[in-house]
Amino acid sequence: MNKTREPLFHIVKRGEMPWYFGWSVRAVSIVLALACCGLITVLVTSENPIKIFSTIIDGSFGSSRKFMVLLQNTAMLLCIALALTPAFKMRFWNIGGEGQALAGALASAACMILMKDQPNLVVIPCMVVTSILAGALWGAVPAFFKARFGTNETLFTLMMNYVATQIVAYFSVVWENPKGSGNIGVINPLSKVGWFPEIFGSKYALNIIIVALVTVAMYIYLNYSKHGYEISVVGESERTARYIGIKVEKVIIRTMLISGAVCGLAGLLLVGGTNHTLNADIVAGRGFTAVMVSWLGKFNPVWMIFTSVLLVFLERGAGEIATDFGLNASFGDILTGVILFFIIGGEFFINYKLSLTKAAKKEGK
Amino acid sequence: MEKKIATVKMRNITKTFGTVVANDKVWLDIYKGEILALLGENGSGKTTLMNMLSGIYFPDEGDIFINDEKVVIRSPKDAFDHGIGMIHQHFKLVDVLTAAENIILGLEGKLDLKAATEKIRRICEAYGFEVDPNQKVYDMSVSQKQTVEIVKVLFRGADILILDEPTAVLTPQETDKLFAVLRNMRNDGKAIVIITHKMHEVEKLSDRVAILRHGQFVGDLPTEGTDAQELTNMMVGYSVNLNIARPDPVDPKPRIEVNGLTVRSIDGVLKLQDVSFTAMSGEILGIAGISGSGQKELLEAIAGLQPVESGSICYVEDDGTRDELLGKDPLSIAEKGISLSFVPEDRLGMGLVGGMDLSDNMMLRSFRKGRSVFTDRKSPRRLAKQVVEELNVKTPSIETPVRKLSGGNVQKVLVGREIASAPKVLLTAYAVRGLDINSSHTIYDLINQQKQKGVAVVYVGEDLDVLLELCDRILVLCAGKVSGIVPGRGAKKRDVGMMMTRLGGNSNE
Amino acid sequence: MLEAILSFIPRAIAQGVPLLYGATGEIITQKSGNMNLGIPGVMYVGGICGVIGAFLYEQSLPSPEAINPVLAVLIPTLFSLIGSLLMGLLFCFLTVTLRANQNVTGLAMTTFGVGFGNFFGGSLVKLSGADMPFLALSATSNCFKKTLPFADKLGVFGDLVLGYSFLVYLAIAIALIAAFVINRTRTGLHLRAVGENPGTADSAGINVNRYKYFATCLGCMIAGLGGLYYVMDYASGIWANNAFGDRGWLAIALVIFTIWRPNVGVLASFLFGGLYILHMYIPSGMNLAVKELYKMLPYVVTIVVLIISSLRNQRDKQPPQSLGLPYFREDR
Repeated sequence: MNKTREPLFHIVKRGEMPWYFGWSVRAVSIVLALACCGLITVLVTSENPIKIFSTIIDGSFGSSRKFMVLLQNTAMLLCIALALTPAFKMRFWNIGGEGQALAGALASAACMILMKDQPNLVVIPCMVVTSILAGALWGAVPAFFKARFGTNETLFTLMMNYVATQIVAYFSVVWENPKGSGNIGVINPLSKVGWFPEIFGSKYALNIIIVALVTVAMYIYLNYSKHGYEISVVGESERTARYIGIKVEKVIIRTMLISGAVCGLAGLLLVGGTNHTLNADIVAGRGFTAVMVSWLGKFNPVWMIFTSVLLVFLERGAGEIATDFGLNASFGDILTGVILFFIIGGEFFINYKLSLTKAAKKEGK
Repeated sequence: MEKKIATVKMRNITKTFGTVVANDKVWLDIYKGEILALLGENGSGKTTLMNMLSGIYFPDEGDIFINDEKVVIRSPKDAFDHGIGMIHQHFKLVDVLTAAENIILGLEGKLDLKAATEKIRRICEAYGFEVDPNQKVYDMSVSQKQTVEIVKVLFRGADILILDEPTAVLTPQETDKLFAVLRNMRNDGKAIVIITHKMHEVEKLSDRVAILRHGQFVGDLPTEGTDAQELTNMMVGYSVNLNIARPDPVDPKPRIEVNGLTVRSIDGVLKLQDVSFTAMSGEILGIAGISGSGQKELLEAIAGLQPVESGSICYVEDDGTRDELLGKDPLSIAEKGISLSFVPEDRLGMGLVGGMDLSDNMMLRSFRKGRSVFTDRKSPRRLAKQVVEELNVKTPSIETPVRKLSGGNVQKVLVGREIASAPKVLLTAYAVRGLDINSSHTIYDLINQQKQKGVAVVYVGEDLDVLLELCDRILVLCAGKVSGIVPGRGAKKRDVGMMMTRLGGNSNE
Repeated sequence: MLEAILSFIPRAIAQGVPLLYGATGEIITQKSGNMNLGIPGVMYVGGICGVIGAFLYEQSLPSPEAINPVLAVLIPTLFSLIGSLLMGLLFCFLTVTLRANQNVTGLAMTTFGVGFGNFFGGSLVKLSGADMPFLALSATSNCFKKTLPFADKLGVFGDLVLGYSFLVYLAIAIALIAAFVINRTRTGLHLRAVGENPGTADSAGINVNRYKYFATCLGCMIAGLGGLYYVMDYASGIWANNAFGDRGWLAIALVIFTIWRPNVGVLASFLFGGLYILHMYIPSGMNLAVKELYKMLPYVVTIVVLIISSLRNQRDKQPPQSLGLPYFREDR
């Protein structure tokens, strides 16, 4: 430690804290974030803060349709976040969720378009299989190179996103409908081939149920299966993994197959379940937002439900503010960003504390 | 003899880590134009003492004088300003940079690689180093990296050089070269300290020896006029009675037969050379040796974690069936039905997963059992509870991550798990390192229980007193070769100490 | 044929310059061990802040003819630099001081930055009262687009080499200077040491956090200029939401493609720019679908480079060794 530049604060790692400590810190960050967002909104709109916050709540709970949209968006975001989580637990930075979901979406749409004369009984199983395979393939390619040659997975998966985006853009033109629009438009609008059935009178309900099942399955897989255990060991220490005879390369590839497959499923749900179309923007950046959902939820599927609801709720609320007060829709992204910065910054105070360095203490150690 | 100038004086230096006293009121003088060997067993506080000179640690008590001026050394930079440079065992080099770039790293002023290269060349010529300033560090051998570290220190104008076990990673030829250079530097008036526990290096190189034992300064004397025997006596002291039980071996039969085992590290350094021995069931085979003599490689080779150049490792069943273990990984060894347990040196980095709780750590060995895709959570919990109870592990709960436990409790968890699988062979590396007396005795008792159950125990240790009281036979390794195998009962500490430092020792075993 | 090449090269360069700014900035950042995935956001912020500056300046003028070319360039540039500097400080504060995960922070910054750009862009469009969904700042843009007066009198040479605006030359100059500083100066040496092995750098007396802050903030400011160039020069002062597209990610791809060498980035960015518009010069390229596949090329090429460099495993052709990892001295 240098005598001449003694810092004012000394950063100390916290010892074991009770479980509620972390959550209260997170709650405080969210409250601060909301206060900050409120302030920004007041400055921009000069409305009164109470109205602003009631508008945010309105965005998700204003009507039953808005509520269903909240659930649907949460489900899709959560689904991709769930997909990324096994990879993250293994310390494999898969930021290619966007591309893997797109690959799945492309496969679903391809089935719908190419098999438009087949019965749903044939088409839908084909969609399920191909989209899951496509996602898995998209995830396994970087995993293979990581396992064999140590290729940097963050950059690789990132690049794979844009390869997928461009391939989808290509097919958007190839399958454009009507001609010259450059868009696919709604696929099979009359025959509804490949459209998932509506249940409970909503096209969202099936998606939500499927994602709920995936959440439970992923929770069980990560916490109770042998695979999940191997993932945790590899993530914590590759040396320990080898010591007890785990084949690390195999685990990396297998985990990314699963990660990609679940992303592919998300793509399937987007195409078959709700949008019934395909475009390069169909995943809408969820592949990236999901990284934050998973990380903020501490890679725990149950907590991730809360983080994904929170993010979608804020996004919808911010969107509502934007429309109600005549702002442009991107205002929501700004608020989401601000809130994320607060939560990300807040994590520091869970793990560390600042203690004043006393000059009276003779030595720094 | 001309009057010597003490350039460094350390007075009453005390340093404690928690409850462990690493250095206890140490006095040490370092003279110009002299090579001082700082001798002592592992854990005698040699490195800690020198780290306080080089600014890594700050002493709790005591004073340091340089050229009779009291100084305060708070950082490596302070040390450099006082002309002190230390070459650590773990080199601090940036791999993708060249030698010259590494040497000038952190200095101020305009970057002039040409001038730096010129200066490096001058230093090299003056002392006989061979360094290519433009070679990248990743292309270098270990000895070349070490040379870069030494040149780095000299480049900054150090007059006092400290080398922490510099020969541990070198071949004999490289060692000779290093010694020649060190002598040149001494003749140039520099003060040189080498930390070592190799007796022949002391004899070959040093002008004076200072000896530490258990953190205390035992004494110093000119190398000329002393001999290895006297130094060993001072270094190991007299045998301490630890009262470790040593039951007689039960029905010993050959269990592991190692023949002509030769292992090379990835850098191509010979780690084990033609090692042969037999470990018997119902017996504790101790492995003695200074650290880095090949103990780690030996155990990891048996456990299937270390690629082997040649030789064989046979597992012998009670009925005489033999299985070759070489070329098998830990999983296939286990699948063969060979129950082999291994308590590695690096407990939290290899033996356990620090972030996981006790019961999850218990699962490391057993999670594959059964056909179910799900892990069995109940039996590890039961086992964790049992280990906590039987071994008296102090933990808030079995849901506590093991990282948060103290060293002794971590080791109890690890040993508890490894013996829970009722092994036929138990390999332990430095099983009591960093443990207090009580925990150490718990571990000895556990090992003895295993022995009485007929397990073949291989115990790698660093404390000779313990090895002599615990083990039935002691294999002494010296620089990767078997220096001798002696019976534990009746062996003399000094003899074993001699065998550790030179092949075969003085004894005629 | 010659004519096609003559029109191709300037267009490839125009496409490449924003990528060059972004890549140079990101290389400097990554050399310090910080992986800033917020670069796309930073470039948006750099662009929109320039637009805000230009908008305010143009509004303050009595008439477009009264524009002072020096101020018209200086004000937006200053706004742009300040905006992207703040983004850099934010990233450093979160990842270096508060030790947050770099990937998560970077992605959040991209969300924020793109939103910030589109929000203010959209709001300015509304404020300007235009009935089109974009904002045109042609007066300012004309100042940015000034080329050397004699360039078009020198024929082909003039067109290909001298016919660009100052931001193009600035991008090349910054990239070359960055390469020089990184490879040939003490600051660069220390920076590389920090990104490779912060522990060693720290023990050599280098202030690791200071280097990380400095490199990341400078990198963001350079990247921000890419956004500024895009609106003011390439897009002729017209801001339309999302028009900048995914060029930020392409800049990150360029970092890998050049194997962390800004001087190589000069030509590589023009190559990427060329690949981006190649479809217009290929007979089948009029097919809109194929155009999209051509746009994929830079990413595919980057992946190939990434794989080959890990296959060959040459130590000096790898990402900085501690890229993306936080550094705390106590964890040593």
